[in-house]
Amino acid sequence: MFPILNTMPKMLPIAKIIRETSHVKTFVFRHQLGAKPGQFINIWVPRVDEKPMSVAMSNDVEFWLTIFAVGGMTKRLHEMKVGDLVGIRGPFGTSFEYESGDHLVLLGGGYGAAPLYFLASEAVKKKCTIDFIVGARGKEHLLFLDRVKKLGKNVKLHIATDDGSVGTKGYNTQILESVLSSVKPGNKKMTRVFAVGPELMMKRASDMCFAHKISCQVSIERYMKCGFGVCGNCCVDDSGERMCMEGPVVDHLRARKMKDFGAYHRDKVGRKITF
Amino acid sequence: MKIDLSVEFCGVRFPNPLVLASGILGVTAASMANVVRHGAGGVTTKSLWLEAHMGHPNPVILTTEHFMINAVGVPDAGIEKAKEELAIYNSMKKAPIIANIIAGRKSDYGQIAEEIAKLNPDIIEVNISCPNVEDELGKPFACSRDDAAAVTREVKRRVKKIPVIVKLSPNVTSLLEIAKSVADAGADGFCALNTWGPGMVIDLETRQPILANKVGGVSGPATKPLTIKAVYDLYRATKLPIIATGGMMTGEDAIEALMAGAQLVGVGTAVHYRGIEVFGKMRDEMGKWCTQHKVKKVEEIIGTLKY
Repeated sequence: MFPILNTMPKMLPIAKIIRETSHVKTFVFRHQLGAKPGQFINIWVPRVDEKPMSVAMSNDVEFWLTIFAVGGMTKRLHEMKVGDLVGIRGPFGTSFEYESGDHLVLLGGGYGAAPLYFLASEAVKKKCTIDFIVGARGKEHLLFLDRVKKLGKNVKLHIATDDGSVGTKGYNTQILESVLSSVKPGNKKMTRVFAVGPELMMKRASDMCFAHKISCQVSIERYMKCGFGVCGNCCVDDSGERMCMEGPVVDHLRARKMKDFGAYHRDKVGRKITF
Repeated sequence: MKIDLSVEFCGVRFPNPLVLASGILGVTAASMANVVRHGAGGVTTKSLWLEAHMGHPNPVILTTEHFMINAVGVPDAGIEKAKEELAIYNSMKKAPIIANIIAGRKSDYGQIAEEIAKLNPDIIEVNISCPNVEDELGKPFACSRDDAAAVTREVKRRVKKIPVIVKLSPNVTSLLEIAKSVADAGADGFCALNTWGPGMVIDLETRQPILANKVGGVSGPATKPLTIKAVYDLYRATKLPIIATGGMMTGEDAIEALMAGAQLVGVGTAVHYRGIEVFGKMRDEMGKWCTQHKVKKVEEIIGTLKY
C-alpha cells in the first residue's frame, strides 16, 4: 500500500447530527472522504483527544461517523453542535473484500452494525445478496434497522437481543449458525461472512465459519495512536502485523493465527488486557 | 559479486547496518521481529522505564511530505513487560537487539540499566535526550555536560559486560563538548541524534496547536544533512562507534552516513515514507551501490570521507 504522506487532520464542520439511540449519534460531514467499507479515520476534538472510528458511510458528497458516548472524548463530541469543527485524519487501513454477485452474511454486534451497513449499501449495488444479522443487549441498543430495511429485497434482516425485546432471544451467533447450516455445498454463489463487534463474538463466528469451511473476514480493533504504521501500538502477536495498516479487516484464517485473537488486546502503554 | 553488508558495532556483529530506531514499531517483540523479517540488521526497543509511564494524549504523531513531528511522550508499561517481550524476542532472535532505557532521575537510570542488563540485550542505549516528564524536550540530561556524564557513569557502573551507548540530543549549543564528556564517563558509543526542536504545528481553523502536548520533536528527510554533520564531528572528535539516526531514507543515505563515520544507521521515520519494506529496500540499495563501486565489504566505507 502506498503511504499517505500527509497525515495532518483536515478540519471539517459537523453538517448534521442524527440521534440513533439514547447514547449513539451519527455525525454527518460534507466531504468526499473516499473511504471503503471497513476503513477507519481518526477524529480529533481539539483540546480533548483523538480516537480511531470506523466509517459508517462514505460517498461522493458526505461521510458518516456513528459514535457511542462512552468516554471523555465521545461524550464531549455528543455535546457538539452542527457547525462545530473536528479534525479528521484518514481514511486508514484495509477494507472488506468481496466480488460482485456474492452472498454476504453480515454479523454485527452492537455498534458493529454501522460499518456493516456501509458494506451492505455498497454490496447491493454490485448485485450481492445479503443476510444482515444484528445483535444487541436490547431493543434500545439496536442500530440502523430502518436503513438496512430500505436497502431492498436482496437484503434480509435478522435480529437477536439478549433480553428478547425484539427479534430472537439470544445471541446473534445462533442465527449465524442456522444461516451457515443452510448454505448448500456446491452453491454457485460464493458465501462470505463479515463479522464486526466484540472480539469474543468475532472469535465465535470464526469458529463456526472454520467448521463450515466458509470464508470470513473480521475487524480487529486495537489501541491505535498514529494510524499510519509507525507507533507500533496496534501490532498483533506473533506476526507483528499492524492493525492500522495490515488490518483492521483481516481474513479470519489470518486472525486465527494471532495469539491475541479472542484472548487479549493491549492498552496505550502496550500492557496485555485479557478479554 | 557477493557483498558483505555486515558490520561490527561495539563488538556485536550486525547482518547489515540498518537498525530500527527507538520509538518506532518497538512496543512488542513480535513487531520488532517483523521489522527484522523486512530486512533490518537490528532493532532498538522503545524506551523502557522501570515503572509504567503513560505518555501524552492524542494526537501524538503527525506528518507531511517534509517532516514528522511527535510527542508520544515515551509511554511504556514498565520492567515486567520488558522482561516478557525481551524473552520472546531472544527466543526467536534473528538480529541483535538494542535496549533503549530511560528514567526521570539519575539513580533510576542505574536501576533500570541493571534490570535490563539481566535480560541480555546486545547493547544498552541510554535515552538522555528525550523529555522525562511534562516538560517536552525541556531540560533533558543530554543538554548538560555534567548531567549527561553522571548518567553515563551511573549506567556503566551498574552494567558490567554489555556495551552502553548514549543517544545524544541535537538541541544543545555544544554537541562535541557533551559527547566528549559522555565518552570520558565511559560510554562505548553514540546514537546521533534524537529528534530536533521542539517544533509546533498549528491548526489554522481553530488557531490551536495540533499535538496534545503542543510541541514535539521533529524528524524526517530534511534532517539528514544535520545528522551527517553531527556524525562527521563525532567521528573526528572521539572515534567511538556511532549509529547515525535522523533522515535516513535510502541506501545512498546510509552509505553517506558510513562515509561520515557511522557504523550503523538508524531507520525510523522512513517507515512512514517508504513503508515497512524500507529496510529491505535500503539494504538492497546499499548492496547495489557497493556492487557499482566495487566495494566488497560495506565496513570498508566507514569513515572514508575525504577532507
